[in-house]
Amino acid sequence: MADVKPRIKLDKKQAKKGDLIEVKALVSHIMETGLRKDSSGNTIPRKIINKFTCTVNGKEVFTADFEPAISANPYIQFKFRAQESGPVVLTWIDDDGSKIVGQETITVS
Amino acid sequence: MSMTVARRSVLMLGAGALAFGAGARVPAFAAKNDSDDLIKKFTGGKTATEGRVRLDVPEIAENGNTVPMTVSVESPMTEQSYVSDILVIADGNPRGGVATFHFSPASGLAEANTRIRLAETQNVIAVAKMNDGSFFKASKQVKVTIGGCGG
Repeated sequence: MADVKPRIKLDKKQAKKGDLIEVKALVSHIMETGLRKDSSGNTIPRKIINKFTCTVNGKEVFTADFEPAISANPYIQFKFRAQESGPVVLTWIDDDGSKIVGQETITVS
Repeated sequence: MSMTVARRSVLMLGAGALAFGAGARVPAFAAKNDSDDLIKKFTGGKTATEGRVRLDVPEIAENGNTVPMTVSVESPMTEQSYVSDILVIADGNPRGGVATFHFSPASGLAEANTRIRLAETQNVIAVAKMNDGSFFKASKQVKVTIGGCGG
């Protein structure tokens, strides 16, 4: 899964301290529910992203637990308050333990 | 006398039919999956008050495979008062859980947007947990034209 490149968009990369920054992120993933059956009637095993986290400069600002009811190619949008400059790291964790990581940088003045 | 009895039984019959009719018309109001249990587990048995939570879902979703959903909660999001978690439930899916969002004062705003799967016409419920241990909720019915479970 390491070849998956998430698409991340911040509404501003330069912000004043205390500004709200909006993050939009999309990642390609099948999000197989584990409830569907293939043409021969076998259940297709579940494979979803079950956790999403966002850290800014190492501090967690937003996390989410996903269930199979999240659409394929999960999209997530949220906001955080700019406090200090640093990397914005987004991590998606798969059922099998593999991770998809994306990074942006913000400058806070 | 006999007439009264007949009248009563007719009335009862009518009431039964009415109740049945109502049940058939709004099946989405009776949770058929584990959603009640999930909410109970999330709130620890406390009752969630209606209000403060804003749930934005379309009234009619043509494609249940990807329904845009925004949930937000009124809160100053300071150390003293903030929203810690929001649980999103769909009461007509094979399983009730949709997502849980976790916030902290660093989040700045208790709002999240994602796209969800809905198997059929049903209610989407959002329950928010405040840092002081109180709970608020909102729910909305979404009419689904094409279900989103690959069926």
